[in-house]
Amino acid sequence: MTIVNNKESRRRVLKSMAATAGAVAAASFVPVRFAIGQQAKVKLGLMLPYTGTYAALGKNIDDALRLAISEKGGKLGGRDIEYVTLDDESEPAKGSENANKLVSRDKVDFLIGTVHSGVVMAMVKVARDTDTMLIIPNGGVSAATRELCAPNIFRTSFSNWQPAYAMGKVAADQGKKRAVVISWDYAAGKESTDAFTESFTKGGGKTEKELFLPFPGVEFQPLLTEIASVKPDVVYAFFAGGGAVKFVKDYAAAGLKASIPLVGPGFLTDGTLEGQGDAAQGMETTLHYADGLTFPKNLAFRAAFKKATSRDADVYAVQGYDTGTLLLSGLGAVKGDVKARQALVGAMEKTAFDSPRGKFTLSKAHNPVQDFYLRKVQGLENRYVSIAIKALADPATGCKMG
Amino acid sequence: MADSFTFFLIQILNGVQEGLLLFLVASGLTLVFGIMGIINLAHGSFYMLGAYLAFALAAATGNLLVAIMLAIPLALAIGLALEFLLFRHLYRRDHLYQVLLTYGLILVFEESRSLVFGDDVHGVAIPRFLDFSIPLTANLSYPAYRLAMSAVCLLVAGAMWLLIAKTRLGMAIRAGATNREMVQSLGIDIAWVYRAVFALGVALAAFAGMIAAPVASVFPGMGNQILIISFVVVVIGGIGSIKGAFLGSLLIGLADTFGQVLVPQLAGMTVYVLMAAVLVWRPAGLFGSRAA
Repeated sequence: MTIVNNKESRRRVLKSMAATAGAVAAASFVPVRFAIGQQAKVKLGLMLPYTGTYAALGKNIDDALRLAISEKGGKLGGRDIEYVTLDDESEPAKGSENANKLVSRDKVDFLIGTVHSGVVMAMVKVARDTDTMLIIPNGGVSAATRELCAPNIFRTSFSNWQPAYAMGKVAADQGKKRAVVISWDYAAGKESTDAFTESFTKGGGKTEKELFLPFPGVEFQPLLTEIASVKPDVVYAFFAGGGAVKFVKDYAAAGLKASIPLVGPGFLTDGTLEGQGDAAQGMETTLHYADGLTFPKNLAFRAAFKKATSRDADVYAVQGYDTGTLLLSGLGAVKGDVKARQALVGAMEKTAFDSPRGKFTLSKAHNPVQDFYLRKVQGLENRYVSIAIKALADPATGCKMG
Repeated sequence: MADSFTFFLIQILNGVQEGLLLFLVASGLTLVFGIMGIINLAHGSFYMLGAYLAFALAAATGNLLVAIMLAIPLALAIGLALEFLLFRHLYRRDHLYQVLLTYGLILVFEESRSLVFGDDVHGVAIPRFLDFSIPLTANLSYPAYRLAMSAVCLLVAGAMWLLIAKTRLGMAIRAGATNREMVQSLGIDIAWVYRAVFALGVALAAFAGMIAAPVASVFPGMGNQILIISFVVVVIGGIGSIKGAFLGSLLIGLADTFGQVLVPQLAGMTVYVLMAAVLVWRPAGLFGSRAA
């Protein structure tokens, strides 16, 4: 492991040297008149994955956030906006350094990010230490709106607990009694499988076995054999990205798909269907967004996003869009005065989201209280089937706020 | 209970299969380490190189087998070139120089990979004639590709044993490991023996990467993962011992497989516990001749 770290630190040194040089050069060339006689811009620090496995997700969040703001005139509370973007590389080890860069060097008013839960944790720490406003547009690590919740920390996506809890209820309602859960051996995985077990047990089921493998390993064969020997009624899996593609394909290749349904949170089949092909057909997952939602807001958003980017919107774009909505509502209420912290936070808390995913509000811990949908894979889409749970709120265990 | 015994056997099959693939990587590492005295940290990069070559060539030719046929000579050539340009200057140097150079090579390989292929995870399609599963129990089938992979690994292992135990080159390799000067004075060009061994090690690791690409996917940092575990195998088996690498690989494969199933919470640890246990029992490894 040292090998990787040394390499990273070497890169980091080079990058920070380059960045410092750049900043110094830029600072000495800024014409003075810009600084006087004009209201300063609101600085949004977008710390997202712009390269790597999650690059497409980061891009969608970024584009949709800008779309939301430009639809409302391109200003926040009457002030112009300066976007500062920074690639987080989905690298938890660089998380605090990158977040600190945006806070102390660039002096951003809002820290916005990110996808990877490990990096989100680092950003949460920085936001708490420096009392900077933070909006999380994806990473579902539960702690951010539980024991680490804070007035200046908001989330527009979900907590890992939410989709998993919804899936457990669906599985129990379908009359399934015995489950096996499987994930990578890291915090997000455990949070997800525990939440599934929680609602599955409540509904009269029992989790027979929990299987974990080291992140980001993809050698599933021994675990698939174990699943076959336990013979559960249902398998709940938490994987994302390349791991999700591989697991779903291996599950089908092992012949398990025919006898034991494989379910999971939406990420198991979101943005991965092209890679999974036939292996994913008919799979059921739960998420706060689905293909085929017919709210006018959703149709309008999808059309606008397509027009602006010529790509199709997905759940990440929706979360980015709602991050924009949250900024508009908060800064609109205080007329762009970011210093009026209490009023700003109060207005953000009370935001009524008319989102492409459906209407929702924020909990006292600043996490969405939202409907979760049961979806079924058809072709390359996660089609809406039904509402699994209405207005589901994270329990916010350990949050002392509100 | 007959049922659970069947699954026990299938798990053994899984473990053996993981071990056999590991053997291809570890055998090259132990040869280069034991015979030439070189600590090659870049060995994992050769595994990655093989996987990416298979990925690129399979995409270009549309056929994994053709891709492997093309990639093996490429890997051999890269091995020969690296030995000639870099490694041969290291034989008489301290281990520290070797670590510096080979660590530098890891960085070079990783950055080149990042420039050429980017940082995404890629999949490689299984050849169509092997893309089916064989039913083993009522609800479990076994992918044919995995069985074919194990068979190929066994063939390669057998060929290596023949090469080392039964051929003149093998004799020169074994002799060179014991006494370099004596072999040289007998008129054998030891430099070429070393070069051949090194290229063979590179090709073996790359080949492992190629055949593993469809089941393991192709992703950044894949070389580092297998490098660490390969060093564990070399240490367990005894440095320089092919037999040790073979047994060590199988042990690690089985320990990892059963560790994941029986103690899922500690899945990442079982192989290291095994290593510690073996070293307490035999400090030089299972077949090591000298203390490591």
